[in-house]
Amino acid sequence: MSNIFNFTPTVLKNLFHKPVTKNYPAEPAQYPERSRGHIEIDIDECISCGMCVRSCPTGCLAVDRNEGTWTINRFDCIACGYCTLKCPKKCLHLTPGYQTPGPQKKEAVYQKSPEVLEAERKKAAEAAAKAAAAKAAAAAKAAAAKAAAEQAQPAAESAAAAKE
Amino acid sequence: MGKRSVVPFGPQHPVLPEPVHLDLVIEDEKIVEAVPSIGFVHRGLESLIAKKDYNEMVYVAERTCGICSFMHGMAYVESIESIMNVEVPDRAKFLRTIWAEMSRIHSHLLWLGLLADAFGYESLFYQCWRIRENVLDLIELSTGGRVIFSVNKVGGVIKDMDSDMLAHFLRELDKIEEEIREIQKTFLLDYSVETRLKGVGYLSKQQAHDLGCVGPFGRASGLPSDTRTRGYEAYPQIDFEPIVSEIGDSYARCECRILELYQSIDIIRQAIAKIPDGELSVQVKGNPDGEVFTRVEQPRGEAIYYVKGEGKANLNRLRIRTPTFANLPGLCETLKGADYADVPILILTIDPCISCTER
Amino acid sequence: MSKVICPPNVLEEIRLDELLKRVIELKHEGLRLAQACAAYAQGKLELSYSFANDETYELTTLRVIADVDEEVPSITEIIPAAVFYENEMKEMFDVKIQQLSLDYDKKLYRIEEDAPLLPESVKEERRAAAAAAGDAAQAAEEEKKEEAQD
Repeated sequence: MSNIFNFTPTVLKNLFHKPVTKNYPAEPAQYPERSRGHIEIDIDECISCGMCVRSCPTGCLAVDRNEGTWTINRFDCIACGYCTLKCPKKCLHLTPGYQTPGPQKKEAVYQKSPEVLEAERKKAAEAAAKAAAAKAAAAAKAAAAKAAAEQAQPAAESAAAAKE
Repeated sequence: MGKRSVVPFGPQHPVLPEPVHLDLVIEDEKIVEAVPSIGFVHRGLESLIAKKDYNEMVYVAERTCGICSFMHGMAYVESIESIMNVEVPDRAKFLRTIWAEMSRIHSHLLWLGLLADAFGYESLFYQCWRIRENVLDLIELSTGGRVIFSVNKVGGVIKDMDSDMLAHFLRELDKIEEEIREIQKTFLLDYSVETRLKGVGYLSKQQAHDLGCVGPFGRASGLPSDTRTRGYEAYPQIDFEPIVSEIGDSYARCECRILELYQSIDIIRQAIAKIPDGELSVQVKGNPDGEVFTRVEQPRGEAIYYVKGEGKANLNRLRIRTPTFANLPGLCETLKGADYADVPILILTIDPCISCTER
Repeated sequence: MSKVICPPNVLEEIRLDELLKRVIELKHEGLRLAQACAAYAQGKLELSYSFANDETYELTTLRVIADVDEEVPSITEIIPAAVFYENEMKEMFDVKIQQLSLDYDKKLYRIEEDAPLLPESVKEERRAAAAAAGDAAQAAEEEKKEEAQD
């Protein structure tokens, strides 16, 4: 019967030591630096490329290029961190602090600052103008080529007729 | 001969951690036959391959199980890597080994706690989970997640551990080992634990082999199979022997798992001593084309991943054979002839993870 | 340093009628059934039965290629532990497995949809065939009725 008090020393030790648990709501929870809590974005760095949207396993992200917004449904996000790997500008980060519960699923919308958005729009407009110019030039070239071909065709036809 | 009757058991039961239903044919108090049925938590993870590409599937594979999550992710990326002939850097292999053994420690401590809970030793249950909390803290410190690590990617790992962190691991592991030694006495020597475990649910080596039992459940019956000896990740460079017991009852299964705790701590120490410097991952291009069967040793036993790709971003077939799936026939066999009061303990001794069985 | 034995996996393609013979042979060699699963590729079902050798860590896989509607014999008579694998194959891919020792009747996982992993095109074909057969049967019945009336 010597095998019945094996756990007693542990119990006594636990009884006279201070608790290992934290007095949580009174004492704040401590997260390590690497904790995968939630996704943060440096919205002004974002180039609205949409890589994060395409790579997200749960599909909780949305990007609107025209409005300059980045939307995340934090209740669907599983904090896997795949978007932070895929982001070409590395403007997405995983930071400590978990999503708090709520009565309904909400989306968090991040809006680019007006200056950045304006600059981007200007750039896009310039690029579009350039592209349009290039397109117009290409179209003109194609039209010229077509006209030339059309001119050549009747000549060939008449030549053929002459032969007959 | 007594009168036979059928008693339904589960899926909701105070001691069951997972939803499994058993139809127990009993004669007086003895079980004559047990017919299991599952399917209460089927999630259809395998069919997600149609929607997610093979890189995104890493995160899906990880969520197969909430306990051995890291090893599911590891088995999946290893399968893809072997199809695509990717040579993973050595440092990544060692880091994976360390994290895999960390999750084995936390899984076995969780199981020991549940076992203590099943035979009504509540304070022992608290003590086990208290030790497990320290392991989880280490895991959170190094990966950022407590049970879902999300550090694997095809071609290597995402996060590194610097020498300070590794030294911290060693210090903490010493403390954890000491605490495990303390509870080991209670599990292996205590009179009340012995009476609940010794001679309960005997399974012979031949039966275990015929029924395809894996992991600590099979090893406790004398099957010498430990898939880690197959030599994946950094295991070829680490010295360890599978822990096998010839006894085959519930007590042996408990003993095997406790000894595996020390083994895992030892493996982590060796890995930390031998970890080389270098890259964490290599760039992977293209899509997997081919098929492979990968076997890894999880806390519950051998898991088999079958991955078949056809040169597209989406795989053709992903099939996960979890250890509990292989241990179900063994469970039915051990239940035969057992007392009705021992059923909860016998179900626990296979360390059931029904949710990952159903994927 | 632990002894590492990592032999490559063996894949053996066999005909459907050889399956039971090979399974018996492998069982007598002392191998353990590690897993069995099905996959769908190029219009056929690929059934894999893997056997593990616990001493050399070799994994031998028997690969049977069967038509979607072909009847496959159950190996549960030889290896009773295969019952869950075969039930899974039956539920996921609607493999026509004959003489299962314990048949969950496609309700192992309790999925509502029939054969969830079989591609939609195959199921479409099946429905069309069933509808055609149904039409033919109906027509035949009507004819019979008419004949009876005459």
